[in-house]
Amino acid sequence: MKDSIIKVIRFIGFGFLEPLIRLISGEETKKNTKETFNKIGAPILSIFAFLLLWNIGANSLYNSLADSKIEKAREVGGDAEAERIKNIIISAKDKLDGQFIISDDIEDLKKLSEANIHAVALKNDKGTYDINYGLSSDEKKEVPVTLPSPKQTKNAFYTLWVDYKIVRADKKAFKEKTAKLNEQRVADGKNAIVYTGRPSFVDQVVTSLKTVFAGFLLALLIAVPIGIITGLSPTLRTSVNWIIQIFKPVSPVVWLLLVTMIVTTLLRNSEGDSSFIISFISVGLCSMWATLVNTAMGVASVDTDYINVAKVLKLGNFQKIFKVILPASLPLIFTGLRITLSVAWMVLIAIELLAQSPGLGSFVWEEFQNGANDSNAKIIVAMFIIGLIGFALDRIMLFIQNLISFEKETI
Amino acid sequence: MSVVKEHYKMEKFPSNDVMLDLENLKKVYPTPKGDYVVLENLDLQIRKEEFITIIGHSGCGKTTMLSMIAGLNPISDGKIKVLGSSIKGPGPDRGVIFQSPSLMPWLTTFENVMLGVKKAYPDATKKQKEDICKYYLHKVGMDSSLNKRASEISQGEQQRVGIARAFAIKPKVLLLDEPFGMLDSLTRGQLQDVLIDVWNKEKITAVMITHDVDEAIFLADRVVMMTSGPSAKIGDVLAIDFERPRSRKAILEHDDYYKYRKHLIDFLEH
Repeated sequence: MKDSIIKVIRFIGFGFLEPLIRLISGEETKKNTKETFNKIGAPILSIFAFLLLWNIGANSLYNSLADSKIEKAREVGGDAEAERIKNIIISAKDKLDGQFIISDDIEDLKKLSEANIHAVALKNDKGTYDINYGLSSDEKKEVPVTLPSPKQTKNAFYTLWVDYKIVRADKKAFKEKTAKLNEQRVADGKNAIVYTGRPSFVDQVVTSLKTVFAGFLLALLIAVPIGIITGLSPTLRTSVNWIIQIFKPVSPVVWLLLVTMIVTTLLRNSEGDSSFIISFISVGLCSMWATLVNTAMGVASVDTDYINVAKVLKLGNFQKIFKVILPASLPLIFTGLRITLSVAWMVLIAIELLAQSPGLGSFVWEEFQNGANDSNAKIIVAMFIIGLIGFALDRIMLFIQNLISFEKETI
Repeated sequence: MSVVKEHYKMEKFPSNDVMLDLENLKKVYPTPKGDYVVLENLDLQIRKEEFITIIGHSGCGKTTMLSMIAGLNPISDGKIKVLGSSIKGPGPDRGVIFQSPSLMPWLTTFENVMLGVKKAYPDATKKQKEDICKYYLHKVGMDSSLNKRASEISQGEQQRVGIARAFAIKPKVLLLDEPFGMLDSLTRGQLQDVLIDVWNKEKITAVMITHDVDEAIFLADRVVMMTSGPSAKIGDVLAIDFERPRSRKAILEHDDYYKYRKHLIDFLEH
């Protein structure tokens, strides 16, 4: 039982839980306590240390900006004005770091006037929420906007979550309202009316994931076959090497421009939005190089023992490639694919931002342009979400690699 | 029965009795300091259904010679003939068992054997091919591990599968490059028995490199001794006249055994 649990958690990449499970089952208490601390306790401590440093840094930035605001007020309106601004900033800070309340109780609204409330999401008649921020208009005007503290970021996360629920309910209502009309339109041969309201944060994440998968798939379909062919033939390898060496270091931005040139020319007569096509092709082209190089190298460096066996058995080309060369080079191909996926995710944000295609990149850019009180905090939330998704994507790749490859790797 | 010492160049066999014929074989590796001659003027005839073991010092070119016979290494000069016709690259008439088992770790033992069988019997039905694989895996005592991945079995077991794979393609000549060199002595003995057992039934020609003098005597009809490189050639050939099937115990108690052994060790120490 215990061993099979450990096997499973190792397989899905949660090997760090192993000593804890052994500890709970009472195995080698001393050794496993130490291991548990090393693998779980120490990372948690470092997370707290990180949050602490972040908090200190954010507060000192906030305070320095606040001080200069107060000084400015003193120059303009004297000590009384300075005192007024100081009080506003202090109470605003309390509210920014304060609670985020999700409730359907009207009494909670009243708490808004009290201190330490960031926002209240109140359930309304339509089944969605109204968000009321705790900041008064004075506070909104005077609050210093800088690097948000961890608590502010947490509140921004709640805001985005509630916002997602609002948009979701809105979409549902829209669908119900237009269901009949759409049926009629489809029957008449017209296009159905689609929801064109503002996308929620979760929608942006989903869009980004779609783009990155499309780009990754494109990279895989281009890079793996070309990598295999160039790996098999030294002549081809030397003849395409210059392309790889020259285009590999090209910046994502330049790829985007190149793809835009080509795609807009090709699609000049179509009506649809080409930004998705442009961004996923750019992502694919930026990220495919690692897979291309790794596949070619993997195929070219298959153990000579295996190649000799294939020669002695007189295997045909098909058998040789699919039964010997590909399985043998799979570990390297997968290493390439993992790098490709992480590069794809990394450049995606920049490309979405520039191509103005929907997704996390444009979310970050819009928030930055927006400049509301919690915009910066939302950007930090997006940063963490981007990081976590990138991490998860890598783990998924590792899982698939372990599933189909003969060599077991656990990094 | 006595120790027969024959100088190889003296001995020529009737051409219809010769399976493998090495004529004036030469191998040169170009190096920055000029050509390095590994083998030169190497002549050797091997009869049909004969078991030959080759001994010699490390680096004398035994493996080079074997891989040239297998067609994996180009010939610099001279000829290698199988049944009178020169070889061109590797072929299904020559099976090889490598020093490391060289099984594909991502395939099961069964699939490893099937890989060659598919190619060697293109006209057989699926059932026939499967039967061939199972037959040879049974012969080497691997029935119970048909569906285990090659990476999951021990090295001795892997080499058993290697033997099955080599025999299953029905080669005319079997080339073995120190196939048991990496195994412990107990496993080595078992695998020698397996090898001789299958070889007895199949009656094919076998050429095996070994470092083990006892193994060389126990398995061979003739032991071929190679001189040290560079320009290695055949130094001496020793015929082993024990009757087959041989039992290890009987051979160890046989008077001639120590004469043979002394002969080989004398050669190696000079």
